[in-house]
Amino acid sequence: MDPVKSTILGLPGVLLLWLLTVAAFGVFGYRIWRLIGLLRQGRYESRFDHLGQRLWHGIKHVLLQPRIFNERSIGLPHFLIFWGFVVYVICFNWALLRGLFPFLSVPYPDAVKVAALFLESFSVLVLIGLGVAVARRLYFAPKYLHLSFDANLILGLIGLLMLSTLFMNAFRIVSEGGFTSAWTPFGSLLSKAFTTMPPGKAHTLANGMWWLHMTVVLLFLVYLPYSKHLHLFASPFNVFFSQGATRPVGDLGVIGAKEDLSAGAARWQDLTWKQLLSGFSCAECGRCDRSCPATASGSPLQPQQIVQKIKSHMVRVGLARKNGDAVPKLIGDVITEKEVWACTTCMACMNCCAVWNEQVALIVALRRHLVSEGQVERTVQDMLGNLQRYGNSFGKSDRLRAKWAQTAGLKIKDARKEPVEYLWFVGDYASYDPRCEDITKKTAGVFAQAGLDFGLLHEAERNAGNDVRRVGEEGLYEMLRDKNLQAIGKAQFKKIITTDPHTYHTLKNEYPWNGHRPEILHYTEVLDGLVQAGQLPLKRKLAGRVTYHDPCYLGRYNGVYDAPRHVLRALGLELAEMPRCRDRSYCCGAGGGRIWMEDTEKVAERPAENRIREAVALGGVQTFVVACPKDIAMFRDAVKTTGHEDKLAVKDLAELVAEAMADESPKPA
Amino acid sequence: MNLYVLLKMVPDTVEELNVATDGKSLDSEFLRFKLDDPDEHALEQALLLKEKHGGKVTVVALDAPEVDEVLFTALAKGADRAVKILVNQSGLGTVAAARVLADYFASASDKITSDTLVLPGSQAIDDLEGELAPSLAAALNLPFVGVVSGVTLAKEQAVVTKEFAGGLRGEFEVALPAVLGIQSAEKPPRYVPVAKVRAVMKSAKIETVDHTPPDRLIRLELDRMYKPEAAGRAQMLEGAPEGIADKLVEVLANNSVI
Amino acid sequence: MATAILVLAEQLRGEIADITFEMLGAGRKLASASGVPLYAALLGSEAAPLAARLGLADKVFVADQPQLNLAPAHTIAVALKAILDQAQVGLVLIGGTNGSIGIGSFLSAKTGLPLVNFGRAAKLEAGAVVVTSQLFGGKILSDVKLADGRGIVSIYPGAFPVEAGKSEGTPSVEKVDVAIEAPKVSFKQYLEPEKGDVDITKQSVLVGVGRGMQTQDNVQLAEDLARILGGAVCASRPVIDQGWLPLSRQVGKSGMTVKPRVYLALGISGAPEHWEGMQNSQCIIAVNTDPKAPIFDGAHYGVVGDVLELLPILIDKVKARKG
Repeated sequence: MDPVKSTILGLPGVLLLWLLTVAAFGVFGYRIWRLIGLLRQGRYESRFDHLGQRLWHGIKHVLLQPRIFNERSIGLPHFLIFWGFVVYVICFNWALLRGLFPFLSVPYPDAVKVAALFLESFSVLVLIGLGVAVARRLYFAPKYLHLSFDANLILGLIGLLMLSTLFMNAFRIVSEGGFTSAWTPFGSLLSKAFTTMPPGKAHTLANGMWWLHMTVVLLFLVYLPYSKHLHLFASPFNVFFSQGATRPVGDLGVIGAKEDLSAGAARWQDLTWKQLLSGFSCAECGRCDRSCPATASGSPLQPQQIVQKIKSHMVRVGLARKNGDAVPKLIGDVITEKEVWACTTCMACMNCCAVWNEQVALIVALRRHLVSEGQVERTVQDMLGNLQRYGNSFGKSDRLRAKWAQTAGLKIKDARKEPVEYLWFVGDYASYDPRCEDITKKTAGVFAQAGLDFGLLHEAERNAGNDVRRVGEEGLYEMLRDKNLQAIGKAQFKKIITTDPHTYHTLKNEYPWNGHRPEILHYTEVLDGLVQAGQLPLKRKLAGRVTYHDPCYLGRYNGVYDAPRHVLRALGLELAEMPRCRDRSYCCGAGGGRIWMEDTEKVAERPAENRIREAVALGGVQTFVVACPKDIAMFRDAVKTTGHEDKLAVKDLAELVAEAMADESPKPA
Repeated sequence: MNLYVLLKMVPDTVEELNVATDGKSLDSEFLRFKLDDPDEHALEQALLLKEKHGGKVTVVALDAPEVDEVLFTALAKGADRAVKILVNQSGLGTVAAARVLADYFASASDKITSDTLVLPGSQAIDDLEGELAPSLAAALNLPFVGVVSGVTLAKEQAVVTKEFAGGLRGEFEVALPAVLGIQSAEKPPRYVPVAKVRAVMKSAKIETVDHTPPDRLIRLELDRMYKPEAAGRAQMLEGAPEGIADKLVEVLANNSVI
Repeated sequence: MATAILVLAEQLRGEIADITFEMLGAGRKLASASGVPLYAALLGSEAAPLAARLGLADKVFVADQPQLNLAPAHTIAVALKAILDQAQVGLVLIGGTNGSIGIGSFLSAKTGLPLVNFGRAAKLEAGAVVVTSQLFGGKILSDVKLADGRGIVSIYPGAFPVEAGKSEGTPSVEKVDVAIEAPKVSFKQYLEPEKGDVDITKQSVLVGVGRGMQTQDNVQLAEDLARILGGAVCASRPVIDQGWLPLSRQVGKSGMTVKPRVYLALGISGAPEHWEGMQNSQCIIAVNTDPKAPIFDGAHYGVVGDVLELLPILIDKVKARKG
């Protein structure tokens, strides 16, 4: 049997196949070419480094798709559909080449036993996968699932492809005398339904199935770049070029930019090509929206919408080559300022994105534009002004930075004047916020009792710039960074300890150390090290059931999950984990400069309140343990506003360690 | 419009202010200077007027520590020219400062014309000899309105909003040219990103004007400077609620609220 | 000091402003101590009928001229100079208010008398008047000597007691008629404060409530206290977030910055966000159950205790005191 040898609609089969193929590939190629043209209008950034690492990252996340499995119901079906698709693409191209060049002395894939078995097996598996997907859509549709025409059409087409394969085999078996084969088990099974069919008719139907299959695939090809299934083509590149492939995902630095990106993006063309590629890669799965604390608290921000809106704006405006006033403004018309400012940069969205999009950097690029235009909320302006002038967001004199140390009852070294092993970069909140002062003193006491040789930068320390950078004030970030690097350069030390995870992240991953980065540790890591080494003079075991909140910038950004847990266990506490723990931890709502912003409208439920309720629901938890000074501020507020003040105490890990090191008689944590 | 904004540096009260050993001046050790708040509003008001009516904004300051940064920031915000008069502002009283500025406005290049509006901040925290705006208006013989929180321009006159007490405001018509002491601009002062200020520092220049310092810097005879008695930690009122309430009533009465 | 003291009486919409009584009281003390007369000047036809209220002055110069109503500082200074020349005045007291801003500067320029701003105390010292001026937002005080007691002092509102300036006596009135040029500034109209909720930035007494109030019903107690003190209730952020009070009552970083004469912080711990908005209150009284609450570091008076227990007693005592 050779379907291209028949005459269809008066045309020789081969010619028809050529016509269809050229038309389909032509339309597809033209569309892709134009879309690539759009990306080329974006700003340049270098994502061509570490190709080996990128390739490995790409192979892992495209072929194995571990992130798809973080939502169980759709993980396996998507995985099967994907692999079915891959096998089909290979077989399709094989069949297409064979059909276009009939003189080739190779059989069609369905005539090769192994290939036929593959095709059939996958057809069935994909059909099962589709069945689950359809059932999910019809009967168990989660709230977030949009039953779009696009998605339904694609599912229908895939189904048609699979069915045409099986039916082609069945009809061919019938036309060839009903000899079933173990290599085409499902076709054979199906052929039993048509045993009475005359062979001629079966032959025609088998041919018809082949043409149907080929036509649908070619139609598919034309349709894909107009739909969300563009992600089939774009996402492998997106994963390959993703930042996560080569360096910490939370670093907002852009490598190899040819233009100054600090003024941010006023137009879509001001984003980098990689940022623009995000839109083509997005499969609209909604994982990011479901993980976003801003979205959950009722704010207008939905990370997926940011990506999608930029994409559709770019395609609409860019392909029409619109210019000037006719173009809707990227911020204002396409994306609202409220959306842009709602992000806490907690990175929950990026952490679950199966195509490795970088929503946070995208949002920061938009914020940078607003900042460059001076369109910044009043409270944030004040903070930025304070940071410029005093190096801290509290608007206090820089000379008061180490004021807490005067009443700590310890002699704390000045790392600028004498060598120390550990340079303690205390950070703004731990230094200035009265709510944290006591904790900072206790932390210092713990360090001292453990025999740590540490010192401070005193008034030379500046805010590390994490929040400043994420608010979009890149110039100020650079100013703070340079001053810190200068001060650090003058100190003699071996390692840096930080209190604030935001500081930790920025010092560790964003400061340019020019190859001389000292070891940078979060204090929980230091405490863990002391516990492991048996150097923490714990005098007693603490009792009680506690839960631990993973700070975004410690956990998701830097993968420090175990150190604080080790310490808690070493203290003798019973650790109950919240459902959202470790890399799924739920942001307190303070990051990315949000701690400086006001909720302009009533929020449904603040992230920190939501989190406290999660902890309370565990039952019997007396202490909510945090490892970030901003968490102290956020959660101590939230236990009050949720009315759990009496039941749940918010404590810093260092406070508990100090308790366990104290002489007093044991009391519950 | 020819809009002149007068910028004055004042000691930053975020830093601890101490009296020098002479007992008549501030200890310079920890002294830092910042732009006086109302001056920042004056600049914003000028920029808003420029955006609405066109014209040129010139910022003028006497020499003082950290003043260059302030002048560059003003340029980054949208001022067209920045002028620094090379007379040390330190210890210069309001009257002498007004004299220097009046001389500046007598120079050929910056003569007061019929469309000149001079906008100092309404007052400064160190205005021992009174505010600059009326002193300058007196020296220049120009009309003056103080505590202004809104300006609109019409033909040859400005319509200004002046604040009274308790939220009451009044609308005045002022013939141009005039001096208006700005209390607050119609919008909060804009933020200018650090990168922009840095760019301006590279591309723009501050004009400087030489001037001989006036003979008498301050007309008042300063006896001494001192800190008010330290408030420190609160004076704790102790005892039974009855007694505490009695003490509180006394405190309220002493502060003339009952 | 052999020359008279003159107080520029200030009025707004037919009411003598408190600052006038503050100045009369202060002026009376100086005048008595040095044995010179105390005069007052009432300028404008709107002000003229109010002369009888300035009983503490030995004489009131009244310029019953409509051109002086809401006249610019320059015009007022011209009128004052005429009175100064006529009555041999050495020391002039002018209110450091929005309404009188600039008058002293113009008068100083016209007469050559030195001007001292932000005056909050004045005393006689060997014939000279020593004025204490409050500089740098109240962080530094400066004593300035006016030789022969000659000069102009702008008086900081709230520096002197109002009551000391009130008197039942009837002052003698001298009508003056001053030459007035056509002013280049003219008053058009008043712009009334926006109606609706209370403007907490304009209150002289504020009762600030925090989470320590526990429930919305308890906020009512604070309202009661504010009412009898003639002030208003404001709040820290958690209370506003709870919806217990409207947004316009929020004090702090994101709310209003207030500088009342007395700020009662009830159940407010004193988070920096709140402190920022009320730190410049002249007198801060804090009541909190937590002795370590940071509010006590900045407040003038502190009470460690239960607000809810204290409030009803305090309300009764204030009522009793007011009679």
